[in-house]
Amino acid sequence: MEHIVKERIKQVKKGDQSAYREIVELYQNKIYQHCYRMLGNVHEAEDIAQEAFIRAYVNIDSFDERRKFSSWLYRIATNLSIDRIRKRKPDYFLDAEVKGTDGLDMYSQMAASDRTPAEELESNELQRYIHKEISELPPKYRSIIVLRYLEEFSLQEISEILDIPIGTVKTRIHRGREALRKRLRHV
Amino acid sequence: MDAHKEHIKLMHKYLDGDLTKEEELVLSKHLEECEACQKHFHELNRTIALIQSTEQIAAPLHFTENVMKSLPKEKKRMKVIRLFKGHPFLVAAAVFFVFMFGGMFSFWNQSNELVVSKTDNLIIQGDTVIVPEGVTIEDDLLIKNGNLVVKGKIDGNVTIFNGKLIEEEPSQDQEGLMASVGEVNGELKTVDRIFEWIWYHINEIIQKVFAM
Repeated sequence: MEHIVKERIKQVKKGDQSAYREIVELYQNKIYQHCYRMLGNVHEAEDIAQEAFIRAYVNIDSFDERRKFSSWLYRIATNLSIDRIRKRKPDYFLDAEVKGTDGLDMYSQMAASDRTPAEELESNELQRYIHKEISELPPKYRSIIVLRYLEEFSLQEISEILDIPIGTVKTRIHRGREALRKRLRHV
Repeated sequence: MDAHKEHIKLMHKYLDGDLTKEEELVLSKHLEECEACQKHFHELNRTIALIQSTEQIAAPLHFTENVMKSLPKEKKRMKVIRLFKGHPFLVAAAVFFVFMFGGMFSFWNQSNELVVSKTDNLIIQGDTVIVPEGVTIEDDLLIKNGNLVVKGKIDGNVTIFNGKLIEEEPSQDQEGLMASVGEVNGELKTVDRIFEWIWYHINEIIQKVFAM
């Protein structure tokens, strides 16, 4: 698979746009899922995942072919997600309770026919709860927890993806695990 | 809690797969004795299991389409190059035929002017080339858009395009009897239809290729 990706990237670098389609098809689920886990809602996830692929295409010349493309792509997606979280205004939170209602959040205000598969999944209470807890972690812990336990990267790979020393990755994953333990211990 | 800090550190090292044999012994021994740490360790493992239990989700439909649509426009040049790369043989064949036939038709239609490969010792009357009596042409002769009348002698090959060899009425002149019928000692080729013209060209090309 890595070989095919390398070939396609060479073609894209030469200016062949259509070669990029296969790359998008190959990584779309992973990157979309990653953004969803980072952002906690499907609309922003789609937005940011798309943006990540576009950024990767525009900056393809700065991609070093000796490195793993997927790591690079994950890094772009992670950085964009963190940027989005920082810029986010509190009133955009779909999880936020709607004033004057009792426990109804914005999700419940959306038409039922509008539900995407991801939202259907969320109707599973436990999963929804876990997702919520993950998405409430500070972004720098969240990205590492998501990469390590949901996308199953090694610590070394995470260090490459986020371009931070492995020692820092370890510190953050310890803290992230402890934070989640406290949040999920009563489940 | 502080007393267990070291052991909690070991738990995280264990979860990261960084634990040495000695540390592993220390940790397992402590876990047997300390209920609080046991609970902590169990909670950590359970937390990881819980996170991992969340289901996989797929990208929305048309995700790839939307990305491809949003990319900046590529250069036109690339489309042509891609055509070449996608069907190299087809394109090569098409280019070859265009050049070949294009060249031939333009040759064929070039003009109706008479063309003779050499004019020394030849008489040209209108569109007729005459090899006069007593003249011997030693080289090959090529005539386009003209007829040939041979009264003399040609030692080389004769090729006539779009024309023909005109047989002169044998002269009644007795002594001219032999000489009046022109002699072509080489090969005589008359080409006056386009397919033959093409065929001739292909033969020429093949011969040239093999001669190289």
